[in-house]
Amino acid sequence: MGAAFYLQNLLGGLAYGSLLFLIASGFTLIFGLMRIINLAQTAFYLIGAYVGLTLLTHHFNFWLSGLAGGVTTALLGFALYSLFLHRYHADHLTSLLLTLGFTLMIDDSVLAIWGGDPHSISPPSALSASLQFGRLVFPSYWLALIFVSLGIAALLFVFMQRTKLGMIIRAAVDDEEMTRGLGVDVNRSFYLVFTAGALLAGLGGLLGGPITAAYPGLDGELTPLAFAVVIVGGMGSLSGALAGSMLIGLVNAFGKALFPEFSYFTIFVPVALIMALRPQGLFGRAQ
Amino acid sequence: MIARGSWKWVALAAIGLAVVLALPRAGVPPFYVSLLTQTWIYAMVAMSLDLLVGFTGLVSFAQAAFFGAGAYAVAIAATRYAHADFATGIVIGLVAGAFIAAIFGLVALRAEGVGFIIITIALNQIMWGLAYQWVSMSGGDNGITGFVRPKVGPFDVSGNSGFYYLCVAFLILMLVLLVAITRSPFGLVLRGVRETPRRMRALGYNVWLYRYLALLIAGALAGVAGVLFAWYNQFVGPGDLDLSLSTQLLIIVILGGIGSLYGQILGAGIVVFLSNGLSALTQRWELILGAIYFVIVMYAPDGLVGLGHRIVRRIRGKRAAAPRIESQLLGVTGEES
Repeated sequence: MGAAFYLQNLLGGLAYGSLLFLIASGFTLIFGLMRIINLAQTAFYLIGAYVGLTLLTHHFNFWLSGLAGGVTTALLGFALYSLFLHRYHADHLTSLLLTLGFTLMIDDSVLAIWGGDPHSISPPSALSASLQFGRLVFPSYWLALIFVSLGIAALLFVFMQRTKLGMIIRAAVDDEEMTRGLGVDVNRSFYLVFTAGALLAGLGGLLGGPITAAYPGLDGELTPLAFAVVIVGGMGSLSGALAGSMLIGLVNAFGKALFPEFSYFTIFVPVALIMALRPQGLFGRAQ
Repeated sequence: MIARGSWKWVALAAIGLAVVLALPRAGVPPFYVSLLTQTWIYAMVAMSLDLLVGFTGLVSFAQAAFFGAGAYAVAIAATRYAHADFATGIVIGLVAGAFIAAIFGLVALRAEGVGFIIITIALNQIMWGLAYQWVSMSGGDNGITGFVRPKVGPFDVSGNSGFYYLCVAFLILMLVLLVAITRSPFGLVLRGVRETPRRMRALGYNVWLYRYLALLIAGALAGVAGVLFAWYNQFVGPGDLDLSLSTQLLIIVILGGIGSLYGQILGAGIVVFLSNGLSALTQRWELILGAIYFVIVMYAPDGLVGLGHRIVRRIRGKRAAAPRIESQLLGVTGEES
């Protein structure tokens, strides 16, 4: 286990963290703003992967297929929120169980439409080669995914910090009643954030596809990772989601390489440590 | 404790018990006896979960992990270490369930309310991952087979109806135990913790410790139910501790009525018969089950009894909206810390 081993898992972990960020950023903002635990984020990821995959087999462009997957889940998310969830802000158990029921329906529909076999997803042909530096070999797609995800993160940060709507969202996360009291229409930002969260997760489906592949049950496997991200990062914090994603991605990669039978269990370590030392998460504020 | 009119309930319980005991002898097909047995086992775990949800204000999605811990522990003890007798099995289940609860509690009870919910989901899935990936110990996706139902003293419970009676006995035992716990001074403190943790703290109660003890008890009882489930199927697999089982258990508790304990028997019966009936009818039963979750959560958050009351009121011409689940769970949102 030389330097190449560590560098390869470092890159693999960051790439995995990048796809986790696409799921967890929406999760954490939806929770922070509406106090809704949206368990369907990972199901959106799965739908995005399958929709994108279907378009890929019809020779559509990789990035466009990913975007189409994101648009599909954005519409689904919008429908789910405006038909049901908007009534259950701060009603954690109801919203959670509703999104769970929704996830169950998505899982079964996915199984009915695309079957039970796992599908591997190949990256766009320009990025399908491996890069080699001495003994270090890794897929070039990893780097692309990390850059795309960091780009999206940068856009999100700029949006949140520099635009008026972002400002309203931040204000409502801090104190919704006060924001309303100042005459701001907060409802618009609810729809926007829920839909955007679904869009990012759906987009992540195809972008992360070359790493995770697509198969029924993938969403259930990603859920604890996404939850670990927000526990570690702090609920409602975008920078927490970014840091948490990368940390959990790294723990996952090194866990898989060093303890293959316990890779899932290694996630427990950062979660337990954070809960012991800083229960509100790295970037969370004490309630 | 014996209030006016309680003789009605005693009579009703006696008749119910007589029917339950007579069923396997009255020509009910073995398939239904088997489904009823599964109902009793699910009812046991759901009641143990109700101790947390209904009496302590802790909404846990990790109950399947305690249940599965008991199931896996007894299967591993029987197949690897040849500890396959009845008493050992039950003790192993108790200890395994309580042990996992003890670890989970240390982590999850650092948070309250919604944080607790999210952490229990993550912990439950981590247990699932352990069962799925630790192939050399758990058999991975193939699970563990090759163990049989042990003799209970002189009784042979390897048959369908013998095992049915064993589960009825355990169900009654657990119901009595849980009723006794919730009505004891300890149970009253738990209710206080559920409703106003801050005030209980001010009165000098160690809120954390009471929650932790409730979690240990719930874990131990779920572990025992898990042992019975392992013997029932003579198989254990990752499905015995996944998130969808934890969710099903919460749906049972909601259907039966949060905090009603005996209502969970009804809730378990509905969920077990519904999911088995649907899966016999159509391949897309999970789709329908998901839709049914939707309907239950939106229209019957106070359980079947509450739904019945509202339907009666509606017939009499009074409008009645479904309450929110959270209104029955004061500990979650009523008062932080």
